[in-house]
Amino acid sequence: MSNNETLKGTSLWKDAWKRLLKNKLAVFGLVVIVLMVIAVTIGPAIIRMTTGYTADYVPTDIGEGELVASFPPSMAHPMGTDELGRDMLARVLQGGRISLMVGIISTLVSLIVGVSWGAIAGYMGGRVDNIMMRIVDIIYAIPYILVVIVLLSVFGGPNTPEWIQWLSSKFGGAGNQGLNQIFLLFFALGLVSWLTMARVVRGQILSLKNQEFVLAAKATGVSTPAIIFRHLVPNALGPVIVYATLTVPSVMLTEAFLSFLGIGVQAPYASWGSLASDGIQNIAVFPWQLIFPGVTMALTLFSLNFLGDGLRDALDPQTRKF
Amino acid sequence: MNNNGTILSVNDLKTYFQTEDGVVKAVDGITFTLAKGETLGIVGESGSGKSVTNLSVMRLIPEPPGKIVGGDIIFDGTDVRALSIDEVRKIRGKRIAMIFQDPMTSLNPFLKISTQLMEVTQLHLGHTKQQAYEHAIKMLETVGIPDAKSRVDGYPHEFSGGMRQRVMIAMALSCDPELLIADEPTTALDVTIQAQILELIKDLRERMGTSVILITHDLGVVAGMTDKIIVMYAGKVFEQAPTKELFERPANPYTKGLLKSVPDPAHEQGEPLYQIPGLPPDVAHLPPGCPFAERCDRAEDICRSEYPPFVEINENHHSLCHFAKEVYDGN
Amino acid sequence: MLSFILRRLLLIIPMALLVVTVTWGLIRIAPGNFYISERALPEAVERNIREKYGLDRPWYVQYGKMMWNIVRGDFGNSLKYRGQPVNEIIRRHFPYSATIGILAYLLALLVGLTTGIIAALKQNSPFDYGSMAVSMLGLSVPNFVLGPLLVLVFALWLFWLPPARWGGISSLILPVITLSAIYIAYLARLTRAGMLEVMRSDYIRTARAKGLDEKTVLLKHGLRGGIIPVVSFTGPALASLLAGTVVVEKVFAIPGLGNIFIQSVLNRDEPLILGIVAFLSILVMVFNLLVDISYGFLDPRIRYD
Repeated sequence: MSNNETLKGTSLWKDAWKRLLKNKLAVFGLVVIVLMVIAVTIGPAIIRMTTGYTADYVPTDIGEGELVASFPPSMAHPMGTDELGRDMLARVLQGGRISLMVGIISTLVSLIVGVSWGAIAGYMGGRVDNIMMRIVDIIYAIPYILVVIVLLSVFGGPNTPEWIQWLSSKFGGAGNQGLNQIFLLFFALGLVSWLTMARVVRGQILSLKNQEFVLAAKATGVSTPAIIFRHLVPNALGPVIVYATLTVPSVMLTEAFLSFLGIGVQAPYASWGSLASDGIQNIAVFPWQLIFPGVTMALTLFSLNFLGDGLRDALDPQTRKF
Repeated sequence: MNNNGTILSVNDLKTYFQTEDGVVKAVDGITFTLAKGETLGIVGESGSGKSVTNLSVMRLIPEPPGKIVGGDIIFDGTDVRALSIDEVRKIRGKRIAMIFQDPMTSLNPFLKISTQLMEVTQLHLGHTKQQAYEHAIKMLETVGIPDAKSRVDGYPHEFSGGMRQRVMIAMALSCDPELLIADEPTTALDVTIQAQILELIKDLRERMGTSVILITHDLGVVAGMTDKIIVMYAGKVFEQAPTKELFERPANPYTKGLLKSVPDPAHEQGEPLYQIPGLPPDVAHLPPGCPFAERCDRAEDICRSEYPPFVEINENHHSLCHFAKEVYDGN
Repeated sequence: MLSFILRRLLLIIPMALLVVTVTWGLIRIAPGNFYISERALPEAVERNIREKYGLDRPWYVQYGKMMWNIVRGDFGNSLKYRGQPVNEIIRRHFPYSATIGILAYLLALLVGLTTGIIAALKQNSPFDYGSMAVSMLGLSVPNFVLGPLLVLVFALWLFWLPPARWGGISSLILPVITLSAIYIAYLARLTRAGMLEVMRSDYIRTARAKGLDEKTVLLKHGLRGGIIPVVSFTGPALASLLAGTVVVEKVFAIPGLGNIFIQSVLNRDEPLILGIVAFLSILVMVFNLLVDISYGFLDPRIRYD
């Protein structure tokens, strides 16, 4: 019964894709994420064209005698307005850009650091492995908030590395200090999220490195970095992809937490986390200011988690560890 | 050894599995009977349906994805398929017991041997703790575990593979079952241990008068042990015959292939051991003709296009092959 | 066994000192100082401050002096809360965090384990799908959103429970639920996966072949192996409870250690940061040790030597 699997080994990725498509919840997650990416990419422009609202448009024509600018959801403002009268839908879509970018960029950073660290430790073994993994243990024991704050203050302001400034200038006005700070935050978050990835990759490499194809590569004189990154890492890709998918919601949650503490995304910029934490101030009177960004964020994380779960089942049908 | 009465009769049993790849007919129309005190060997490659047959008898098929879709299983006059699950549980472990292939994983690593042995007799024979404990020690002694009194409180990992299989046998025979199903009991063991375990099963069978179904992929194992043999392939019975006759005059090319691939010490040195070419077929997508045709050295066009008949050679000997008689006579 | 515990306990001290050292290094790398606020200080004042706190000495002298004090268990006085010893601050505020943290984890164990076991038993049933979807939701809603929502519903709309502050059992309910939500969700999923894995194993088939009923198979044969992942999760979970309590303490105005820690980081209150980091890392390592010891009771194959 299982013999055909060895024969079809080459189409592993196709099989995994087929299995993923059979998982309704994972497909739901994938669809929601794709829609969300489309919405935050083109949504703000559409709203500006149809209604004229932008994320930071403060209306000046609030009616006479109105004491507050917070309006509940209506046709004009499907998600209501915030306390300055800004359209919440536009703000949520704009905030989604930053939240999703946190997810992507921070995960990429954690991926690069974690995979390299874990692969090198696993392949070198012995004392190098021991030292590298003890370093991971120690960083694990230091509260990440401390690390984030230190990274933000060390590299913040005038000390921002040029490549971060260059990167942020690609996404907005050059020399924009607020945006630089946000990009710095992406990297800081990535730099505190790679520890588990390193452990996962190390475990994979340990079990792979004594297999014949590695010996064959060694015997033919392939260099150590090439063995690690061209022969071993691609073979550990399954768990890496799965874990990366689950890192995305986790860094987004961390960003939201930092924004809630006032260390994350700062005004005038906003993320779902910072919008939700702004909404908490007025929860009793203007609940929509918390509910809409909160629900949008929860829906996205929910979908990402389901997609990650589905990927794990699809890529690794035997071991369905949590 | 044959005496009056049938202990188990299986009639046209069909057990299917629903998989992503379609319906797998793991067991597709199996029929056999087992007399009291008799030993039946079921032989086949992995995936041929031999284990599924016996899990079906115990109603242990995981459902879903598996399901017994047709046929009768009559155990000592009762239709096992018609029983409620509670009634089946009264048979399991008490009247039909099973030994599994891998003694390393078949014992619970978290519980003491004594606990695992005692729970069977406490459940089925109404033993008190004290009785069950003493019975457990007695059983361990019966299966030849030295120093049973002190080892009974050990954990499975403290036993070697052969010793664990002895524990499994002790557990299976605790309630003096009428039928013992041994599913590849020696496959996971060293060759020297294999012989000891087989000898033990043989010895206990004779002492306790238990009927035995011995499942294996190794014809060499069943040769000296069984009264009759069923050869399974791709969920079907390919050949069914008394042991002696099957070894002397097989009526199926598949059986012939299996016999040829048993290592023979008298075999001339330097000559490579025979191997059946190819791999077992994908049971979810069987060809219209004979499932073995692709690998068969005497297949003709009819084998690929038409499903073979179940030919009766004599009252006790049947073979699923277009050329059963020719193969039978060719010897 | 005893020597294993002793060795691990002895290892905790150098590990904690290493963590403190790295933390100290991190604080010192960051530009600026605790006394720099918005306005610049006159030079003479700054010199006085630097002298008072020993900041004019070379870094290794400062480091050595600090480590010497820490080894003797003295973390000094907080810079922000003038004159209050760090040890005293921790002793005063930790019980609040510990109370909600422990209650939350107990609640999570109770609800999460039960849900996970039932879901595994009734795999692919509506209960299974329902509870797993709800638990995924629990993993996806930030607790600083969940907490205020619970307050909104149960305190401000229904008036069942007090919205915030410490006092009496009823004030504990909402914080504990808020904090435990994510752990309930995680434990339920972990238990379900663990149980499903175990229930497929050979020895479960053996247990069924013995004629045991499903309840005995599950509770006597399945549970032990199934909850091992839950036990290994407990170490990191208790560690991450700190980050969780920060939010809960803020939302419900509870004077716990989490909030004090965030404040100390924002204020660059070096002695307080180091004290809390050392305290927490020791706590985490002790919990990890307890987890490792409990493996020995769960799994007879594990031997310590």
